[in-house]
Amino acid sequence: MIKRLTALGRAEMILLRRNKVLLFNALLVPIGAALLVANLGGDGGLNAGATATVVGLFIATLLLLVVYYNLLSSYVSRRDELVLKRLRTGECRDAEILAGTALPAVTIALGQIVVLAGVGAVVLDLPAPVNPPLLVFGVLAGCVVFTALALLTAPWTRSVEAAQVTSMPIMFACLLGSGALIPLEALPDAVARVGRLLPLTPVVELTRLGWLGSADGSASLGFVGSLQEAAIPAAVALGWVVLGVLAVRRYFSWEPRR
Amino acid sequence: MSAAIEVSELRRRYGGSDGFEAVRGISFEVARGELFALLGTNGAGKTSSLEVIEGLAPASGGTVRVLGGDPLAERAEIRPQLGIMLQQGGFPSDLTVTEVALMWGGTLTAPRPVPEILEMVRLSQRAAVAVKALSGGERRRLDLAMALMGRPTVLFLDEPTTGLDPESRRNTWRLIREVLADGTTVLLTTHYLDEAQQLADRLAIMHQGEIVAGGTVADVVAGHPSEIRYELPSGGPPPWAPEDSCVVEDGWVITRTRTLQRSLTSLLGWAERTGTELRRLTATSASLETAFLALAADNGAEAATTSQLQEAVR
Repeated sequence: MIKRLTALGRAEMILLRRNKVLLFNALLVPIGAALLVANLGGDGGLNAGATATVVGLFIATLLLLVVYYNLLSSYVSRRDELVLKRLRTGECRDAEILAGTALPAVTIALGQIVVLAGVGAVVLDLPAPVNPPLLVFGVLAGCVVFTALALLTAPWTRSVEAAQVTSMPIMFACLLGSGALIPLEALPDAVARVGRLLPLTPVVELTRLGWLGSADGSASLGFVGSLQEAAIPAAVALGWVVLGVLAVRRYFSWEPRR
Repeated sequence: MSAAIEVSELRRRYGGSDGFEAVRGISFEVARGELFALLGTNGAGKTSSLEVIEGLAPASGGTVRVLGGDPLAERAEIRPQLGIMLQQGGFPSDLTVTEVALMWGGTLTAPRPVPEILEMVRLSQRAAVAVKALSGGERRRLDLAMALMGRPTVLFLDEPTTGLDPESRRNTWRLIREVLADGTTVLLTTHYLDEAQQLADRLAIMHQGEIVAGGTVADVVAGHPSEIRYELPSGGPPPWAPEDSCVVEDGWVITRTRTLQRSLTSLLGWAERTGTELRRLTATSASLETAFLALAADNGAEAATTSQLQEAVR
């Protein structure tokens, strides 16, 4: 299985290298967005709330652009070129084909975490992650959920160009309603309640807990405290994972709509 | 030794119980090392059948065994022994030929080396070219290369020469004969009757989801008449018509006969005796084409289907 995933992932990485727009989105936008927000705070350093925003925005752009949008484009392109259909005639299992296509995006997402941890520590005085396993779990869960969402958006997307439109509802809803950019507490109660159910919300909470030790910018709860606090968002995230996988099995289309 | 492929009462329906039944209870077997061709027009049910036999889609009824196993339920065990060339399938257009072969080979249990497989399909000179820059024929050859890359025991070829120029078609036939000589079993679908006549050990003709004839080429052709046709000068004698049927269509006198040599000899003798000129005389042995068209007509083909058949056999 590893051999097959590696072969597919390597080919996808070559394709990503040759697509300058997707490469720009993948490599520069998340870290650029984080640095931009951080610099809006002036020279006085980041307070706790700003730090939470930087981490939240970084995770949001990482999952929405690097994983969701890039993969939506990739899956639609491979589907329309009949690559997915062709791959199914080989020895790869269906899940391997989908995972192999997602491999570069997930690898870049994890790599970006390492980069921001390094750059953030030097440039922004970001603290070292309080609970690295929780941080990685949050990012991986987010990768699975947003890979599934890309797969579920693909049947509604007639072409790679149309992905710019069909991705909008999830991109905007998650960016504005998941507490990544605007704290949920600052939203009207009804909106905040819906926002807590969005797929990005538990991921933002998990990564903030893993990185900063708290989900809302308050004092760090430490390694054990962050784990206890992560139970509910982890359960919500896993719920999205299960729901996403089941929905993909039911609704994903391997060939273009006729 | 069991057959390489066993198909029994296979059915495939689209769109639930009230939907369209594309395959209506077909049965056949393919022996190991044999090339079996499924013929038919577009929409006859060839690809729908093939997808089930390859394990790419479930059957609505009946059973399929490939190398003794269920190709869908036992996919992980059986698939490494299969090579599949789809009628329509693609590779990432921004990858080069070599990169595609490396990707595909990386997913196989025992792949041929990339230079070897590209040489087999004569794409070595195009190894560094992006897929999007290949001609349609080169893409089909790349597709065939990937089907052969895993050294398959059973090879499925769905319209492998569609879109190829005559030389590429003959090269593809040569390659197919080579893999047959190595003991590979081949299930081929085509609507080129000359292709089936050249390659197939046995064949089945599908029409509207059913097999309407099957056997060797000789079996299928047997019983279908050869044809003699000519024009008579105006004011000449009435057409010669011994024991065989004789019709006049658009000025042509057409005689269909199961004893071509004897009928032709009689006709020429009659022309000699009566001093009749047989203009534009032709004699054509019974062929897969005539059998194919006759079978379609016998099976109630609509006018549109008949013209489609005639288009297909050209």
